[in-house]
Amino acid sequence: MSKQTERIFVKGNEAVVRGALAARCKCFFGYPITPQNEIPELMSSELPKAGGEFVQAESEVAAANMLLGAGACGIRAMTSSSSPGISLKQEAISYMAGSNTPAIIVNMNRGGPGLGDIGPAQGDYYQSTRGGGHGDYRLLVLAPATGQEAYDMTIKAFDLAYKYKNPVMILGDAILGQMKEAITPWQPEGIDDEAGREWSLSGAKGREKRLIKSLYLEEGALAGQNKNLQKKYEDMQSYVEYEEFETEDADLVVCAYGSIGRIAKSAVRNLRKQGHKVGLFRPITLYPFPSAALLALAKQGKKFLTIEHNLGQMVDDVRLAIRTVADSDFAPIYPGNLPIPEDIEGPVLEWLEGK
Amino acid sequence: MSEKLVFDRPQAVIDRATHYCPGCHHGVAHRIVGELLDELEVTQDTILVTAIGCSVFLYNYLNVDAVEAPHGRAPAVATGVKAARKDKFVLTYQGDGDLASIGMAEIIHAANRGENIAVVFVNNTVYGMTGGQMAPTTLIGQRTTTCPSGRCMEHEGAPIRMTEIISSLGGVTYAARAALNNVKNIRQAKKFMRKAFQCQIEKKGFGFVELLSACPTNWKMTPIQANERIETEMIPYFPLGEFKDTLDEGGTC
Ligand SMILES: Cc1ncc(C[n+]2csc(CCOP(=O)(O)OP(=O)(O)O)c2C)c(N)n1
Ligand code: SF4
Repeated sequence: MSKQTERIFVKGNEAVVRGALAARCKCFFGYPITPQNEIPELMSSELPKAGGEFVQAESEVAAANMLLGAGACGIRAMTSSSSPGISLKQEAISYMAGSNTPAIIVNMNRGGPGLGDIGPAQGDYYQSTRGGGHGDYRLLVLAPATGQEAYDMTIKAFDLAYKYKNPVMILGDAILGQMKEAITPWQPEGIDDEAGREWSLSGAKGREKRLIKSLYLEEGALAGQNKNLQKKYEDMQSYVEYEEFETEDADLVVCAYGSIGRIAKSAVRNLRKQGHKVGLFRPITLYPFPSAALLALAKQGKKFLTIEHNLGQMVDDVRLAIRTVADSDFAPIYPGNLPIPEDIEGPVLEWLEGK
Repeated sequence: MSEKLVFDRPQAVIDRATHYCPGCHHGVAHRIVGELLDELEVTQDTILVTAIGCSVFLYNYLNVDAVEAPHGRAPAVATGVKAARKDKFVLTYQGDGDLASIGMAEIIHAANRGENIAVVFVNNTVYGMTGGQMAPTTLIGQRTTTCPSGRCMEHEGAPIRMTEIISSLGGVTYAARAALNNVKNIRQAKKFMRKAFQCQIEKKGFGFVELLSACPTNWKMTPIQANERIETEMIPYFPLGEFKDTLDEGGTC
């Protein structure tokens, strides 16, 4: 990896685009929806300059299916949207998962359900980590908390998509997408543009024909396919990332991810100044979930409070991780509101007083 | 006397029995596609996008790279394939339920963008694979399992004429309708399909051919009766011919 010293001041959405371009993304398929419009806008001007193809699709349904087509050709490709649009993309995402097709899907989560609002929220956690479309499948889900992480993780997402031949989701929110901050771009080295050469579609010249499909009708074939997928999801378990902050001597560990994880870090700092022994556990991969690290904390006797920008979704994964030794309480931040550290300090203090 | 081989299986077509019902025209359409891929020398450069319906297994019969699309989305998948591999011959093959119902948005927009792809549209006026339900192309009076007393204009609306709609779009280079019910019409179908494929080979944009096709099983007819039905009932409502041909005008983009 080569560091580029010049810092740039960009929105999270732009950081994603810059990361994708650095990762040599060659096809982008978009459809407008707030708060992610800067992604297709910037892609439309920058991708052709980089020798790539931008298509504004007629719908999110079409955009995700275009992604399926480009992914099947082994081309580094991406789409982005926000919550209602991601619902429409689920059809193709299930097909990509079922046919082992690499692809990058960015979700700048907004408030829901339904049309909701355009403000920040984390209500799409279940949809992202449980499949979202039909069938037994999983996506790799990465949750950046800063513009720099958005840049870094977009680059990483392409490598992971090819490594596992699986769709990868970058799950941000309206705070991350719309906030401007300085990032330091860097250029990854050793990208193999032809990474899919052994399996992708390129015309059957000089070799056997290839087929990318998710239909398995013969007796036992679908069971075999699902076993293979399951094996892949087990392999993915070795790829987990998380941040621990001030957990060592903490009595209470706040679990929070993405933008809320970042705000919770400020809250933990403030509470530490007041002498409270609190720490932060921030999952960075939401699937696979960093269960082992959480369990290790639980075994040290720590208590847990999960805080999310929804009505309680990731808390299920926290509880599953620590269920043999501990439990986690939960405090919601209602979707659409823009929280500040005090909004997290409040429930933590309440919890401390109550215990 | 030495023997001279005058008719053979195209390289693009795999030597195996198809799963289609007796008298089904999907097999005839497959054969023409295979012959054309060979004759135009694109078999090894083809990426086929298959649709949902009786033809989903086309990839088992053609010797080409292929990807399976969700129901109706083949034109979007093909758009992605073409964006990724501009130099390949990209083909979708879709039934009427697939293309004219669930996939209406995808076909209209791919056509209107002038995607440099070829589309073969097989119109048999029913949903074949799922057991003969009403399609957007089901004729007035035709009985299906979901319009058991016959399609009626007041309740189900008029059968959709896709080639007429497609030919009205600015992005389209070539749009034609043929039928597969007799030798003369099959020859015409091949001629039209050759032109539709030629659009893409010459990088002149979107080529579309509708094929009036029999589904004897769901029409509850013998293959011969089904061929006659195409002549007496379908062609009067879905006239044959070339509806748009700007191949010589340099295409759309
Ligand atoms: C999203 C979705 N809805 C419904 C189906 C079920 N389905 C399978 S085949 C088919 C009808 C296809 O009919 P048509 O396109 O006319 O092709 P034919 O079978 O007549 O060749 C349908 C509705 C599906 N596979 N996916
Ligand atoms: S059901 Fe109809 S379309 Fe399907 S294979 Fe049989 S005849 Fe052909």
